[in-house]
Amino acid sequence: LPERSTNLLGVRHILLVLSGKGGVGKSTLSTELALALRHRGHRVGILDVDLCGPSIPRMLRVQDRAVHQCDSGWVPVFVGQDRAIALMSIGFLLERPDDAVVWRGPKKNALIKQFVTDVAWGDLDFLIVDTPPGTSDEHISTVEALRPYRLLGAILVTTPQ
Amino acid sequence: PAEAEELRARLRAVRHTVLVLSGKGGVGKSTFSAALAHGLAADEHKQVALLDIDICGPSIPKMMGLEGEQVHQSGSGWSPVYVEENLGVMSVGFLLSSPDDAVIWRGPKKNGLIKQFLRDVDWGEIDYLIVDTPPGTSDEHLSIVQYLSATRIDGAVIVTTPQEISLQDVRKEINFCHKVKLPIIGVVENMSGFVCPKCKKESQIFPPTTGGAEKMCQNLNVSLLGKVPLDPQIGRTCDRGQSFLSEAPESPATLSYRSIIQRIQEYCEQHHSQEEKM
Repeated sequence: LPERSTNLLGVRHILLVLSGKGGVGKSTLSTELALALRHRGHRVGILDVDLCGPSIPRMLRVQDRAVHQCDSGWVPVFVGQDRAIALMSIGFLLERPDDAVVWRGPKKNALIKQFVTDVAWGDLDFLIVDTPPGTSDEHISTVEALRPYRLLGAILVTTPQ
Repeated sequence: PAEAEELRARLRAVRHTVLVLSGKGGVGKSTFSAALAHGLAADEHKQVALLDIDICGPSIPKMMGLEGEQVHQSGSGWSPVYVEENLGVMSVGFLLSSPDDAVIWRGPKKNGLIKQFLRDVDWGEIDYLIVDTPPGTSDEHLSIVQYLSATRIDGAVIVTTPQEISLQDVRKEINFCHKVKLPIIGVVENMSGFVCPKCKKESQIFPPTTGGAEKMCQNLNVSLLGKVPLDPQIGRTCDRGQSFLSEAPESPATLSYRSIIQRIQEYCEQHHSQEEKM
């Protein structure tokens, strides 16, 4: 089992947002869920592990922000005046927004592991993990890296057809 | 080298290859690939092949009305599943024991299957090989471009929907094409407006807040092949495994599809004759 990183110790509940299918509204739901939870007074984090098509930064209007490093890893981007939503996405690591992340599995896996263990979330009531479509590297790596932690569960998103 | 030679031999009899790509999921790549396949195969003198390399979410078997079909092996390799005499299909969907089986594979295993699809399937002589891809810019995309270097890829058709969240990912896909030197035939904008069948008023269900595919194509100097409006018949025929072009010949979406397919054909034929001259 991978070791527990201290960075997730302050996180009360971890939720995965999944679908097999692309374009059904996973990122949209993750964003709306985070905003709704914040509205109820909770501290929320979003971990966007869609490395090829990271949508969350634009949805929260923070696409122009940058992430910084601290002693315990990356400092996530805090959204809004109250800083009640914290976000980590590969979108913040791209030099240019149109740069394609053309990586094979192993490189994606390495970054996802880092995203799970090396983001200094602080204390969160909810961490929402938004995923890309499919059942492949990103999903396997995310679930493996999250294994030492208490996962609340997964929400599956679909459309009617 | 030996492997490359094997692929080259297998793909020697393929005249034109078109990749259908998008950075974004759920924009209608498979829907478009199916329509393109049916459209090209309407000419019974053309031999068309549709290869579905979306290994996690293979939509093509259902869309082509081929759910439950199995792949047969012969001395000359795997046999594609034929929808018409001149339209053959291959997908991981045909290899699953149940349609709900999840294919939970990492990149290398997916690449292996894609290579098999190209090397072991007895496609025969094909005029058009259409390759439907999953969303993203990862293993499947790198591998298909690499393996198809044994033949010539005419180009990529990139599918999007009008909203910026899609275009954001599609610009990345366009950059991917530039990076791997894959020519771009053009962009198709799906779900581009909806005309109410009752009052005929047009609504933008996915508003093009940043100018839609049209603006993006202007900015990036790529062709806009066409815009396809939303038509509930499209989703319905896909679910039922029917050809939308045949079931709804009068739909504005059909007219758009036909015009786009024509432009793709012209592009392929033009480039072919240019190469033959050279």
